[in-house]
Amino acid sequence: MTTEFKKETLEEFNEIVKRYPDKQAATIPALHLMQRDQGYITDEALEYIAGLLDLPVSTVHSTVTYYTMFYREEMGKYVIQVCSTLSCYILGSKNIVEHIEGRLGIKAGETTPDKKFSLIKVECLGACGTAPVIRINDDYHEDLTIEKVDEILDNLK
Amino acid sequence: MADIQRIVMANIVKDGYTGSIDDYRKEGGYTAIRKVLLEMKPDEVIEEVKTSGVRGRGGAGFPMGIKWGFVPKDSPKPRYFLNNADEGEPGTFKDRALMTHDPHMVLEGQIIGSFAIGCNVSYIYIRGEFYHEAKILERAIKEAEDAGFLGDNILGSGFNHRIYVHRGAGSYVCGEETGLIESLEGKRGWPRNKPPFPAIEGAFGCPTIVNNVETIANVPFIINNGGAAFAAIGVEKGTGTKIYGISGHVNKPGLYEFQMGITLKELIYEHAGGVRDDKKLKAVIPGGVSMPVLRADEIDVQMDFDSLVKVGSHLGSGGVIVMDETVCMVDALLNLSVFYAHESCGQCTPCREGMPWMKMIVDRIEHGNASEEDIDLLYDVACNIEGRTICAMGEAGAWPVKAFVTKFREEFVEHVKLGRCPYNK
Repeated sequence: MTTEFKKETLEEFNEIVKRYPDKQAATIPALHLMQRDQGYITDEALEYIAGLLDLPVSTVHSTVTYYTMFYREEMGKYVIQVCSTLSCYILGSKNIVEHIEGRLGIKAGETTPDKKFSLIKVECLGACGTAPVIRINDDYHEDLTIEKVDEILDNLK
Repeated sequence: MADIQRIVMANIVKDGYTGSIDDYRKEGGYTAIRKVLLEMKPDEVIEEVKTSGVRGRGGAGFPMGIKWGFVPKDSPKPRYFLNNADEGEPGTFKDRALMTHDPHMVLEGQIIGSFAIGCNVSYIYIRGEFYHEAKILERAIKEAEDAGFLGDNILGSGFNHRIYVHRGAGSYVCGEETGLIESLEGKRGWPRNKPPFPAIEGAFGCPTIVNNVETIANVPFIINNGGAAFAAIGVEKGTGTKIYGISGHVNKPGLYEFQMGITLKELIYEHAGGVRDDKKLKAVIPGGVSMPVLRADEIDVQMDFDSLVKVGSHLGSGGVIVMDETVCMVDALLNLSVFYAHESCGQCTPCREGMPWMKMIVDRIEHGNASEEDIDLLYDVACNIEGRTICAMGEAGAWPVKAFVTKFREEFVEHVKLGRCPYNK
């Protein structure tokens, strides 16, 4: 695994930096780019980003560890995020978590040994009107039933 | 005018409306910006918005025009306008719909607000999970640039403006305006002490205005029709319309825009189809989970700022969560306590330590390992967090506890006496 941006990503990053009066503001966008390309953010990647932004590594470390969407270890190809906050909860999010746990043979917070799926419980995804809701990588799946969850997971290759 | 029920969702509900710039312009979009840039001075725009009385729709309800007026006229620094699209308050799902289905209304409001405060670069801070919504906004920004509504010398007015989309990365507290500013700057989303208020010293040390998406989307209407026309809609001190997002145990969950002042009862029973499966209503949270819960016998209340305060709650974001008789109120509070313990940013001790303590106590009660004194201890912890933190997260976590314990005390006592959750099948 490399820890540097590939050429196209570096170009994207250089465009993003110009949007802000202070380079540090490009920290979260840079972390998003790194995770998009590499799946998670290693210590070496943090050093690289700190270098690009002329920041101490500790400053970038402070930021990356604050936000729940940044992963510090390898995740599955599909990261299943089950919304667990009140509207989803009272409409059965617990059953969805238990069903997926049973189907994948892992607990929430774990990744399957073949690195295909990670399952995590997340706080409110902001789609309460169509609860219960899950998010797989960047995609929302709403108005779910157990049957629909199975159908969605069946289609993930 | 006074019978208008929809402003920000007026286009969205029309058949075939796609939210493209062409569709938006067919509905009269981007006429307000022409009027503002070619005929009005910034102060006149601020006055019009003040006249409208429009208050913040993100939760705090602060009047938008007054906020804009706080930006110092003589500051030599650049100014920043931040569109708060963090939408993190559980129960709230309205801004996502506006950004997805009518992004240009949001952009037009943002450009006008930026002009009013003399800002040339503004940002939309959108929660990280809304990846596709961020892409939709970026496409809309491109369309607006191509049409000459963004960029240099907009409509020949001499006003330059650019909008950038900035994604967050998962943090409830970043919806608080100074937490949002810290996050935009690339730091942990730790809210700042105030003063200085953002209008004086906000993003990058410069005067900054932060407004919620829905609030901003009202601006084109206010300019096109006049602040007085907007003020004629709704109720006194709760002018205009509001999107009410109804979720939970109703037959037709979703977004409903009405004049401020519609009753919660009418929203639930006449528009959202009533309670599912003909179950009995137990409780309703009227404005996102931080706002004190109401009992079933308290829902004959108008959904505006002042009316909800009179019954001990708040309008908040207008996110309504309906709970039927099958919901255990201790279990529901446990769910919320887990949320607040997880989302505390860790900066202030009462919140960082208090939220997990409340979670532990509620957990003990729910699982039958508590004494009746624990119920009072729980209430006491909440009282010791409230008012003792930098940002309103202290209140956000304390209010649900106080309201649940006060209004449903008998359920908490029952758990203690039975030594288990009576709802546990």
